[in-house]
Amino acid sequence: MAAFKEKIDANSAELTDLDRQIGDADHGSNMVRGVAAVADVDLGSIADPGTYLKKAGMAMVSKVGGASGPLYGTLLMKMGGALAEGELTKDSFFVALRAGVEGLQARGKAEVGDKTMLDVWFPALEAGEASEGSLSEALAVALEAANQGAEDTIPMIARKGRASYLGERSRGVKDPGSASSVLLIEAASEAFGD
Amino acid sequence: MKKLINNPNDVVTDSLKGVALGHPDLLEVDLENHIVYRKQPKDGKVAIISGGGAGHEPLHSGFVGTGMLDAAVCGEVFTSPVPDQIMEATNKVDSGKGVLHIVKNYTGDVMNFEMAAEMAADMEDTTVASVIVEDDVAVQDSLYTAGRRGVGGTLFVEKIAGALAEEGADLEAVTNVAQKVADNTRSFGLALTSCTVPAAGKPTFELAEDEIELGIGIHGEPGRERRKLQEAHELAAELVEPIIEDYDFTGAPIIALLGGMGATPLSELYLMWGECAVLLEEAGIKVERVLVGDYVTSLEMAGCALSLLKADDELLRLWDAPVVTTGLRWGA
Repeated sequence: MAAFKEKIDANSAELTDLDRQIGDADHGSNMVRGVAAVADVDLGSIADPGTYLKKAGMAMVSKVGGASGPLYGTLLMKMGGALAEGELTKDSFFVALRAGVEGLQARGKAEVGDKTMLDVWFPALEAGEASEGSLSEALAVALEAANQGAEDTIPMIARKGRASYLGERSRGVKDPGSASSVLLIEAASEAFGD
Repeated sequence: MKKLINNPNDVVTDSLKGVALGHPDLLEVDLENHIVYRKQPKDGKVAIISGGGAGHEPLHSGFVGTGMLDAAVCGEVFTSPVPDQIMEATNKVDSGKGVLHIVKNYTGDVMNFEMAAEMAADMEDTTVASVIVEDDVAVQDSLYTAGRRGVGGTLFVEKIAGALAEEGADLEAVTNVAQKVADNTRSFGLALTSCTVPAAGKPTFELAEDEIELGIGIHGEPGRERRKLQEAHELAAELVEPIIEDYDFTGAPIIALLGGMGATPLSELYLMWGECAVLLEEAGIKVERVLVGDYVTSLEMAGCALSLLKADDELLRLWDAPVVTTGLRWGA
């Protein structure tokens, strides 16, 4: 999550710029606020990663607002709630991530192909689940799928969120939530990489 | 970007400080949580809350007071408030008769208010009802979008529900009248410019000197279509036609709002209203009440939006009922 914060801070202008083109120009600043809130989570009282992710999720919900707050918040809270105790393995990670992504879908009520962050999370999740390697290898393929998923949103017409009001005009720009989601998966891949 | 602000990240707090200092008789401002409360609450009535991103003033904080909202919850600019804020306001205004949330139909607003209502159901003794406002006809009502946006019609819902609550009606009645107003309102807007979100530092989109944007929302975003600028009487048709094609406004008294988007002079808003009024008359639509001005804005976007409410005697009576807020004040 610390690496995610660095990436969000470094890329916030680009995120805002994507959101200016097919939204209302606040995704970058909203995410900056969210990762700052996550950084404020007091680690002292937390014993396990699951609890940490739940608190991180709650921080996002409490501080971000907009659509991103509830969506990222639910993703992290549901993942945290499903994370088994003990050593983090490829299986336990992706079981928890599946819970997170399904929670995300239930909260936002989107489908793959609606041009939302789900278009990154489902491909990444499925690629990781299918991988037979280590956690680090699984995250590497998940990241590849995530990047491809984000690129694939470019020609899509948005069917959810503010971009959907633009109809045809939402084509040709990457979905901002997809772009920020790639940064989170990239951070995870680096953190758990060899 | 030239704005009257300090640090762009502090605009909401700084603005609310001014609200507090400007209206200590009418309003109580919670600066930490960005909530504006009615100063003299009326005990034992249904409480009404609305809220959303900042940047649409006077909506919503300008509509807090007698006969309208009990509290307005302010998010960051164009960003929905968070569940914690909504819960704080809900608990504070509840005097035992329940709370109505008036929610504009945007993904963020709907999710954050939904999460707050879930929290209320789980944790508190407060009964919360919600009405979603989705009056914008520019977004085709389709499975393939986030649905119609809540725009100018939100004012109608807040005023009329507020009046009924002030009379002591119960939560079911107040919710029903709010829903009735929401169901009978349609809106359409156009813009001559976009606007600049302070934290973004530049306009959300650019329009050439001879271009307008049709079918806009209230967040500075582009609309459905870009067109060449025409004279006002032609533009009025662009506003009126989509509205009256979508819903039948004949055979009933109509309440109309010709709202400015924030940067258009009042003289031009009245000019546009005049053109719209001619067209509505020709279409056999009987306008009984009119508001012209900046009520539901989008920072300094230039442009205007027309909202029509198909009313009846009850809704007219509630519209005329006294209201004492900083954005709307009559009858008292």
